[in-house]
Amino acid sequence: MIKSQFKSPLFPYLLLLPQLSIVVIFFYWPAAEAIRSSFYLEDPFGFSSTFVGLDNFRDMVSRSDYVATAEFTIIFSVIVTFFSLAIALLLAVTADRVLRGASTYKTLLMWVYAIAPPVAALIGIMMFDTLVGPIAGFFQALGWNYQLGTNRFDTAFAMIVISIWKQVPVNFIFFLSGLQGIPKSVQEAAAIDCASSTRRFWTITFPLLAPTGFFLLIINITYSLFDTFGIIDVVLKGEPGNNPVTLVYKVFLDGFRGNDLGGSSAQSVILMILVLILTVFQFRLIERRVHYN
Amino acid sequence: MAKVVIDNVRKVYPNGTEALSPSSLSIEDGEFIVLVGPSGCGKSTLLRMIAGLEDITEGTISIGERVVNALDPAERDIAMVFQNYALYPHMSVYKNMAYGLKNRGMPKADIDAAVQKAAKLLHIEEFLARKPSQLSGGQRQRVAMGRAIVRDPALFLFDEPLSNLDAKLRNQMRIEIRKLQRELGVTSIYVTHDQIEAMTMADRIAVLNTGKIEQIGTPAQIYHTPASIFVASFMGAPPMNILDGHYNGNGGLEIKDLGHVAVDHTLEVTGDIQVGIRPENVEIHQAEEPHTIPIKVDFLEELGAGRLLHTTIGNTPFIAHLDNEHQINGETVFAHLPARALHLFDASTGRRV
Ligand SMILES: Nc1ncnc2c1ncn2[C@@H]1O[C@H](COP(=O)(O)OP(=O)(O)OP(=O)(O)O)[C@@H](O)[C@H]1O
Ligand SMILES: [Mg+2]
Repeated sequence: MIKSQFKSPLFPYLLLLPQLSIVVIFFYWPAAEAIRSSFYLEDPFGFSSTFVGLDNFRDMVSRSDYVATAEFTIIFSVIVTFFSLAIALLLAVTADRVLRGASTYKTLLMWVYAIAPPVAALIGIMMFDTLVGPIAGFFQALGWNYQLGTNRFDTAFAMIVISIWKQVPVNFIFFLSGLQGIPKSVQEAAAIDCASSTRRFWTITFPLLAPTGFFLLIINITYSLFDTFGIIDVVLKGEPGNNPVTLVYKVFLDGFRGNDLGGSSAQSVILMILVLILTVFQFRLIERRVHYN
Repeated sequence: MAKVVIDNVRKVYPNGTEALSPSSLSIEDGEFIVLVGPSGCGKSTLLRMIAGLEDITEGTISIGERVVNALDPAERDIAMVFQNYALYPHMSVYKNMAYGLKNRGMPKADIDAAVQKAAKLLHIEEFLARKPSQLSGGQRQRVAMGRAIVRDPALFLFDEPLSNLDAKLRNQMRIEIRKLQRELGVTSIYVTHDQIEAMTMADRIAVLNTGKIEQIGTPAQIYHTPASIFVASFMGAPPMNILDGHYNGNGGLEIKDLGHVAVDHTLEVTGDIQVGIRPENVEIHQAEEPHTIPIKVDFLEELGAGRLLHTTIGNTPFIAHLDNEHQINGETVFAHLPARALHLFDASTGRRV
């Protein structure tokens, strides 16, 4: 590390100021504001607020719609995370066989990463649309009366599939570069030591992918909990009706549609704690268990 | 333990490179064969085809009595030591060695006995619990060896296993590998581009050049009767001196810029030939004697055990090896090229005549 000397000890802080102010204005200040308002009951017009202590939290956990949303969020996140990772891994392993050394194909596959995310949700909606969507049409032809937006299960199905679809390319690229990082000779030594390729995968390839896998696990949990907001919003077209939503979406619904700022803040405080736990988890447990070479 | 027969094996890579033109080689049970040649000559390709890591384009390879062309690497009863050791980074040394045995369904107690025995043989008992990343290069090399011998295979394959070690360790491991192989009696094929490794370790050497086996023979045969100019100049350090010459029948051999040399046997070819002589076979005299040619001393290279005299004959660099007792005074000395020490090669084909 090169250490630079500044004339004034304050100068480095001055250089950091723009970055710090962005962090403060856009992250810490709203977070602090959310924590504060979670202890207040605000009247719907925003004229006055009353300190109510933990009432918002008590109220929140006792409401059945919150519990149902929490349950759905867990199911949603588990399914999205699991399938995003599993499908990406399967594709990456298949691609890796073909790709060893062939960098042209690799570049071609990288494009998927660049194209898919922004377009995925909108394309997804068109595919699942009850009237014109080919996927919906396909299900209907199979005898499944698929109704996006009307049937709870069908809507959840579309949310989940689109969320997985959008995340698979990202995971794929990481898994693929992880696989390509495993020395060819290690794979070959394993081929001499073990006749079954399935067994080789689980005993050599998979453990060696663990650093990538753990990293992606956290990324994907975070993604399915928080970043799927946009997809859910597009699928619901802003009108949830009786369709299931995730916790993040409920924060938005209760706060902006229900004008319950206190309750909504209490919910986001819970989510903040969740992020905190995930982060600590990522740094502690995971980094210890993973063997880097 | 097994005999290995390589019968007209050819390798063409999917991109069209012919890495090995049809080659045959028969290896006796327990023999230590070294494949040697310059970079890119196809040594690894041949070894990897024997291991089953590359497809065989043409020909057959058999290990023991079995033709192995269609067998997976794990079914060929071989063990391989890689240049970069290829240890499993997430497994302890013990597990690295046990892995192949476990996959073959060996009972736990037997695995333990085998691993302990191999570890003892290689002096790596104290590292058994460590991960490869916690070992030095030399220790990793031993673990790689351990992983090979613990399996008790029919055939050992080595692909430049010592090239990542420093010179001292390399010498030590060279001797140790050879000793171990003699004890275990396992047929071995060893790839290297280091001709000293080849000379010191091999029962027989196969010299490869651009995808062809140039010569197969014991180290002494390869050194004393090289089959081609390529083998002559590749094996031996410093390399054999090669001079242009002309043979016009009846013992009349003219060496360019040197003059007439008497040869006692008649050659089958006449015309242009190449004349080789190893530096240690050149006789250097202080004064002129019959059949000597004056040469100018460019410089002397001290080796400790002797010296090398560098000169040029015509435009060709020429080296003579001198013993320590041999004193050199002055700029000019007289060289004698004994006829029995000359190697004669066809100038157009490069083959020995
Ligand atoms: N997978 C491959 N595809 C195409 N050509 C290859 C492949 N592997 C090797 N070759 C080519 O085949 C030839 C022989 O390669 P090989 O690896 O057998 O050489 P080598 O004798 O082991 O050399 P080195 O001493 O450098 O390891 C080379 O010209 C190389 O470029
Ligand atoms: Mg090689």
